[in-house]
Amino acid sequence: MWIIYTLNGLYFAALLFLISLGLNIILGVMGILNLAHGSLYAIGAFIAAWIIIAIGAKIPPFFLYITLLSGFVLTGIVGLIMEKSLIRFMYKRTLEYQLLLTFGALMLLEDVIKMIWGGQAYYASAPFDLLGKADIFGHVYPTYFLFVMIIALIAGLLIWLFMSKTKLGIMLRAISLDREMATGIGLDINRLSTFAFVLGSALAGLAGALVVPTTPALLGFGHEPLILGFIVVVVGGLGSLKGALVGALLVGFTRSFGIAIFPEIELPLLFLIAGIILVVKPEGLFGR
Amino acid sequence: MLTIDHLKKHFGSVKAVDDVSLDIKEGEIVSIIGTNGAGKTTLVNLISGYLRPDSGQILFLDKDITHASPYVRIQMGVGRSFQLIQLFGGITVLDNVRTALFSKYGMIKRGLLSADRYSSITEEAIKILDNFNISDKKGLTPKGLSEGDLKILDIAIAFALKSKLLLLDEPTSGVATSDKFKVMDSIVSAIKKEGISTLIIEHDMDIVSGYSDRVIVMHEGRVMAEGKPEDIMENKEVKATVFGIVS
Amino acid sequence: MGLKNKPNYLRWIVYLILFIALLFIPRILSIHDLMLFEYGLTFAIVGLGFNLLLGYTGLLSFGHGAYFAAGAYSVAMIAKYLPQAYSIEIVIPAALFFSLILSIIFGFVCVRHTKIFFSILALSLSMLLFALLFKLYHITGGSDGLRVPLPTMFGFSFKGIRRPEFLSGTYYYFLLAMFAISFVVMKGIVSSPFGKALQAIRDNEVRAELIGIRVRRYRLYAFCISGMFVGLGGALWTFVNGHVTADLSHWVFSGEIVYMTLLGGFGIFEGPIVGAMIFTYLKLYAMGHTEYWMFVIGATLIVLVLLLPSGVAGAFSTLWRRTIKGN
Repeated sequence: MWIIYTLNGLYFAALLFLISLGLNIILGVMGILNLAHGSLYAIGAFIAAWIIIAIGAKIPPFFLYITLLSGFVLTGIVGLIMEKSLIRFMYKRTLEYQLLLTFGALMLLEDVIKMIWGGQAYYASAPFDLLGKADIFGHVYPTYFLFVMIIALIAGLLIWLFMSKTKLGIMLRAISLDREMATGIGLDINRLSTFAFVLGSALAGLAGALVVPTTPALLGFGHEPLILGFIVVVVGGLGSLKGALVGALLVGFTRSFGIAIFPEIELPLLFLIAGIILVVKPEGLFGR
Repeated sequence: MLTIDHLKKHFGSVKAVDDVSLDIKEGEIVSIIGTNGAGKTTLVNLISGYLRPDSGQILFLDKDITHASPYVRIQMGVGRSFQLIQLFGGITVLDNVRTALFSKYGMIKRGLLSADRYSSITEEAIKILDNFNISDKKGLTPKGLSEGDLKILDIAIAFALKSKLLLLDEPTSGVATSDKFKVMDSIVSAIKKEGISTLIIEHDMDIVSGYSDRVIVMHEGRVMAEGKPEDIMENKEVKATVFGIVS
Repeated sequence: MGLKNKPNYLRWIVYLILFIALLFIPRILSIHDLMLFEYGLTFAIVGLGFNLLLGYTGLLSFGHGAYFAAGAYSVAMIAKYLPQAYSIEIVIPAALFFSLILSIIFGFVCVRHTKIFFSILALSLSMLLFALLFKLYHITGGSDGLRVPLPTMFGFSFKGIRRPEFLSGTYYYFLLAMFAISFVVMKGIVSSPFGKALQAIRDNEVRAELIGIRVRRYRLYAFCISGMFVGLGGALWTFVNGHVTADLSHWVFSGEIVYMTLLGGFGIFEGPIVGAMIFTYLKLYAMGHTEYWMFVIGATLIVLVLLLPSGVAGAFSTLWRRTIKGN
């Protein structure tokens, strides 16, 4: 069974990595903690489920997996609208207002989801069912989970390449390292911030879209992922990509083994471990 | 009261403070002047404990404080003001000073009676503000003060902590030229009333000459000259390097 | 003293008049409106406590639901497991005690940080309590929660009396007395030397340390006092609500506490009280009129943040000062 727990841990970690990567990019570049991040994740899930239900039966299986990307693209667009209409007025405001604005956005988005998709659950398990089961050292394991891990790995690699090799990525990193200096050398902070927010939102949406074939999308879908994303960010260190990866692995494995061994206190256990890490290393594992 | 002995602080190849020795007597007002980068602020940071020297010794009231923490030095009576003002922006001028007094007297744990009830503290705070000529602004928050008054308040807080030695880092920087002497008048008259030893850092000789018992000229980390203000004004070497006057 | 005395007297006279007016509220309002008003009063105590941390110490906690839950669950657990001790003069001190203990533990971790890191940590820790309350359902009732019966008060039992009658009689005056005490104590704290020290820390941490204030320790003191007030609010709230659930420790509930405080204005002592009252009515009104009440209060919050950053009380006070100084 240990292999299964390990694989489950990696699967949780893959999803959490995508969520916390988005949180971290927004936090690093804009200095804003997005409380509505979980709602963006939920929107990604609903969009993907909606599209799969509507056209899933009519398209070839390969395209079914492409439709999952709709969560990435369309949630990115929702992020763009949100940034242009709300977040951009908050750059110069203090922390209280920034947090409360995203809190307001959370309440707004939750009800927008309710208005569009109603209160019922959206099942879209076709991508999960089609891939069937894989045999791993004699254990049966859903192939779709492996697919999610690969997608997260690819996304992580692409983001890493983007941040370290492209001009745009390097500019984004410059802002998160030293905002004043970045302004000083003439970077267009406003446009780069918009970009960061859109990218962060899109990653949350991608994570939501990847989950929906395994779990039906429901109201309040984003609450738990948001909290777990926070723990990853806090444990890994604010604004650190490496921290997001290590934090996601830590939280993912704690969850998977916690569920297996102490099912009742799996979540409290997670908080306990996070708490101990923070007492020992207050700035997080890779914090600045 | 303060004795500095062969103090050295290098940042890489930059000799910020290089073998400086000086001492300040009880009640004396000493100014250190020099161009930017002469090592004045580094010296103040070494005395107040923000930086640790590479070598040398600092004695305060005959005790070795070379390696003491800033907190301990404040407790002993080394107060300082900042080149960039450090104030409590959301409370009144009176409360800025009162809070320092409460802290000094170990009364900040008192949590139920209004601060106004401690009338002796309030009176003392008003007296300090009076000494610095800003008691008419006691009800305002720092946002409503001029740059010069902010500087004065910054020093009044250090003063309220009963410092025996005050380190004033460019007390008139940022103040309009026309106000500089007014600000210096307020500060120095308050200091003189209490007989506090003071070390003033300045780059402008005109501002300090009228207020100092003694002037020390620093250049490239070293003491170049030392003496009464009027003698320093006539020193040819100082004129050439610091004031840029070639005769 | 001298100058500052006169306006202070006036202020306390206004407070006294308002307090006397509050004594007559049960005669004016219907049972339903009175209950709503009592919800508002309990949240006013919560707001007072929360604002010691936000407005006066400069720390924004997104996890104060935890201390509210600590107070509320102290009451509910005693009712369930120690029914012989279930009287108001025991459960209120117990609620204060347990919210203090929880604030010390959580506060110790949180005050090592400031700004956003503090907010996330406070939030995460409150979710730890949420997870415990939620998962240990055979003790805490989980998401179903626990029912809270009427307590005895100073030896007087309310057996056979229905909750609305209890709430419109004795309990209202008890609640009002607790509110008045909280108000006076908190007013004392914020204007005391201790309160000034907290404000000094808020305004300039570096200089505060330099004038000899142990910044981290004082932040923890503020955190604990704040937690106790919020815990008291939580305990008093349970009697009105009659039921507690794990959701009280959820961060969304903490968010509502932040919302109230900002709605009234955290720069003013009375702001959170005004905010708590308005929020209680706003939420109920929105819930009564539309299924999409979250949309309504979310949109209100956004408008508030964008247009009225100093809150309702803040805006009024600015207006007041302009009218008496201006013209």
